[in-house]
Amino acid sequence: MASSAVLTATGIVKTFPGARALDGVDFELRRGEVHALLGENGAGKSTLIKCLTGAYRRDGGRVELDGVPIDPRDPLDAQKLGIGTVYQEVNLLPNLSVAENLFLGRQPRRFGLVAPGEMNRRARALLAGYDMDIDVSAPLASYSVAVQQVIAIARAVDLSGKVLILDEPTASLDAQEVRMLFRIVRDLQAKGLGIVFITHFFEQVYAISDRITVLRNGRLVGTRETAQLPRKDLVTMMLGHELHATEKAADTHVENAGPVRYAFHGLGKTGKIKPFDLEIRQGEVVGMAGLLGSGRTETAELLFGVETADSGTCEREGERLSLASPRAAIARGFGFCPEDRKVDGIIGDLSVRENIALALQARRGWMRPLSRKEQDALADRYIKALDIRTTDREKPIRLLSGGNQQKAILARWLATNPEFLILDEPTRGIDVGAHAEIIRLIESLCAQGMSLLVISSELDELVAYSHRVIVLRDREHVAELVGGDVTTENIVEAIAGQDRRRAS
Amino acid sequence: MNAKTLPLYATLVIFVVAFALCAFQYPSMLSTRVIGNLLTDNAFLGIAAVGMTFVILSGGIDLSIGSVIAFTGVFLAVVLERTSIHPLFAFVLALAIATAFGAVMGAIIHFLEMPPFIVTLAGMFLARGMAFVLSIDSIPIRHPFYATLKSLYWVMPGGGRLTLIGGAMLVVFALGILIAQRTRFGTNVYALGGGAHTAALMGVPVGRTTIGIYALSGFVAGLSGIAYSLYTSAGYSLATVGVELDAIAAVVIGGTLLTGGAGFVGGTLIGVLIQGLIQTYITFDGTLSSWWTKILIGGLLFAFILLQKGILSLSRGGRALSVKGA
Repeated sequence: MASSAVLTATGIVKTFPGARALDGVDFELRRGEVHALLGENGAGKSTLIKCLTGAYRRDGGRVELDGVPIDPRDPLDAQKLGIGTVYQEVNLLPNLSVAENLFLGRQPRRFGLVAPGEMNRRARALLAGYDMDIDVSAPLASYSVAVQQVIAIARAVDLSGKVLILDEPTASLDAQEVRMLFRIVRDLQAKGLGIVFITHFFEQVYAISDRITVLRNGRLVGTRETAQLPRKDLVTMMLGHELHATEKAADTHVENAGPVRYAFHGLGKTGKIKPFDLEIRQGEVVGMAGLLGSGRTETAELLFGVETADSGTCEREGERLSLASPRAAIARGFGFCPEDRKVDGIIGDLSVRENIALALQARRGWMRPLSRKEQDALADRYIKALDIRTTDREKPIRLLSGGNQQKAILARWLATNPEFLILDEPTRGIDVGAHAEIIRLIESLCAQGMSLLVISSELDELVAYSHRVIVLRDREHVAELVGGDVTTENIVEAIAGQDRRRAS
Repeated sequence: MNAKTLPLYATLVIFVVAFALCAFQYPSMLSTRVIGNLLTDNAFLGIAAVGMTFVILSGGIDLSIGSVIAFTGVFLAVVLERTSIHPLFAFVLALAIATAFGAVMGAIIHFLEMPPFIVTLAGMFLARGMAFVLSIDSIPIRHPFYATLKSLYWVMPGGGRLTLIGGAMLVVFALGILIAQRTRFGTNVYALGGGAHTAALMGVPVGRTTIGIYALSGFVAGLSGIAYSLYTSAGYSLATVGVELDAIAAVVIGGTLLTGGAGFVGGTLIGVLIQGLIQTYITFDGTLSSWWTKILIGGLLFAFILLQKGILSLSRGGRALSVKGA
């Protein structure tokens, strides 16, 4: 099979300060093949792609294109060699015409001047190969993302022609547009291009790909024939679980959970998450499982009012609530620790004290400032209660370790005395010791009667503290596991879409 | 008509309507004399505004041009007063200095990744300072060649005069339109305005283009300085203060998006003419304070920024927003 390989990467290593993003990854792409590249956040997919396209220089390993070793300096270099890339965010210029986008830098010229007629004629001819008949002199921005995507593919194939990398091209397309894109991908496949396809949608992986390569934590998990890989095994490869390993230790709290505190009915937003129903009881931990892009964060953002829902209602103990904005949600006793704490959570240059006082101050409004004494007392209390390790409360929070930053953000919300706290990946990127502390904290909060919604990719953790687990797939709530059903195996099965067990 | 050309048409309509209103009130305004004067009086501003259009199309700004015009004027006056070189040679020298000045600013903006606002602000002070170093007085230019150049004009039907500098402005605009619409450099300027990062990924030589844009702006500012020295027959280091802002106003009223990427060089000509028209009207009226020019320009600018904002939000609304991954 080696002769049919168009692109071979062997032992790719890429190190960033403090992290090894890729650790000896092998990848082989054949001519006329659609090869899905899968992995959770931080698995190293995009780092691998960037090493192949020259956006990053690899630190070790070997890349061969048609048997010739290559080392692209930048994406342009890779393009000249024959590797074209199309991103989810269309990397074309919306203000230029379609034809200008297709021929930027290589416009046909006559007497030293660009010949627009000739350029438009060639652009039409090029797009005709994709069954697309559009006005090529109109600005790119006047077309839908799907059409822009096709134009980007047409440009990439025209410029490179050996390997096409599609980085989440379908993320913002609807079903019909995806079908159109897939038809084009199959055409290109038939022409002998090697196509790397990155997506979070399982249906699409099985619909279009010939082989699947899975990465996890910067390492290669394996490459399989799609037809011979059951979904369950794929999920296991991605999440890194040996099945049957853990059963739920105890389902003690289930009966203890109090009355329904919050009830959400038919909450949804087009293009983000399908309408779902959700009830949260007092003193209950609801886990939320699903792969990256399955709609977990979208659900949390709808609940907290970061995104406004198109449909649905929210009730608190029978009383209607409006969740139009995070401010409204905070006023109703909601709290939200977002997934990416570096971007959405901490304010790095402010002190631990200021970060902790932030949400409470925001709820009180600027008219009633917290006095310095109150802030000091607040900060000291939580630094002690949550065991936040910092030399003093005035230290800029960015100097703290990830686990302590996470605890400080938790403290920020706890200071507002929330009734309902949403934690998005609370244990990501923090060390094992801090992991256990955060989990203990979740359990003790719940014992005090707080309701929690915890999103996590760590299934063992979810199983350990959740009373119920909601499973999401392809932007839809697909299953709810209760009590004794909450096991990693059941979660994996629900994510994979086999044996939809619905207990309610 | 689409979102791309709408501001241009809006400008054109405003100009035609305004001119019709003026002509209705003062029929004598509808003569080629007025038009000839309109072109001559605004020649230096128009020439400089061509360069500013390229800069703004690329998403940048050039605050130095008023100072460069003044410097060029003083430089010409001093050189012609103290040496015996021919004015044509002095023109070449002045253009070379102005172009190099712009190119250096472009290089700093690109290589040091500095905001154009700051770099050209420094350039503004530097050029003004250099003009003061040459002379703090207004120096008249009495070279006979200047008289010859000023006597060159084409009498239009109706007795209006298209002077050399008025004609030069029209030629510069024609060349500017050609460069913007029909060269790869021109497309690259639009590409930079559409998104410098994306443009770089698509193979636009960002450094070369950026330096080229500011060099071009410097060159036409030098040309504008020559036009201004012909217009006033003098060089004065305090002249043309704030012309860069008039030029920016002309570009924006001409329908170019201040954030870059959309607009037309031809629109800028109309923007300049609208400013000139308001001034001419005030001259005809005789009782209005000349500050009304500024007030009207301010109102127009504001209206155009609102128009652009409206168009932008309309065109954005049509495109699907990017979906944030979970």
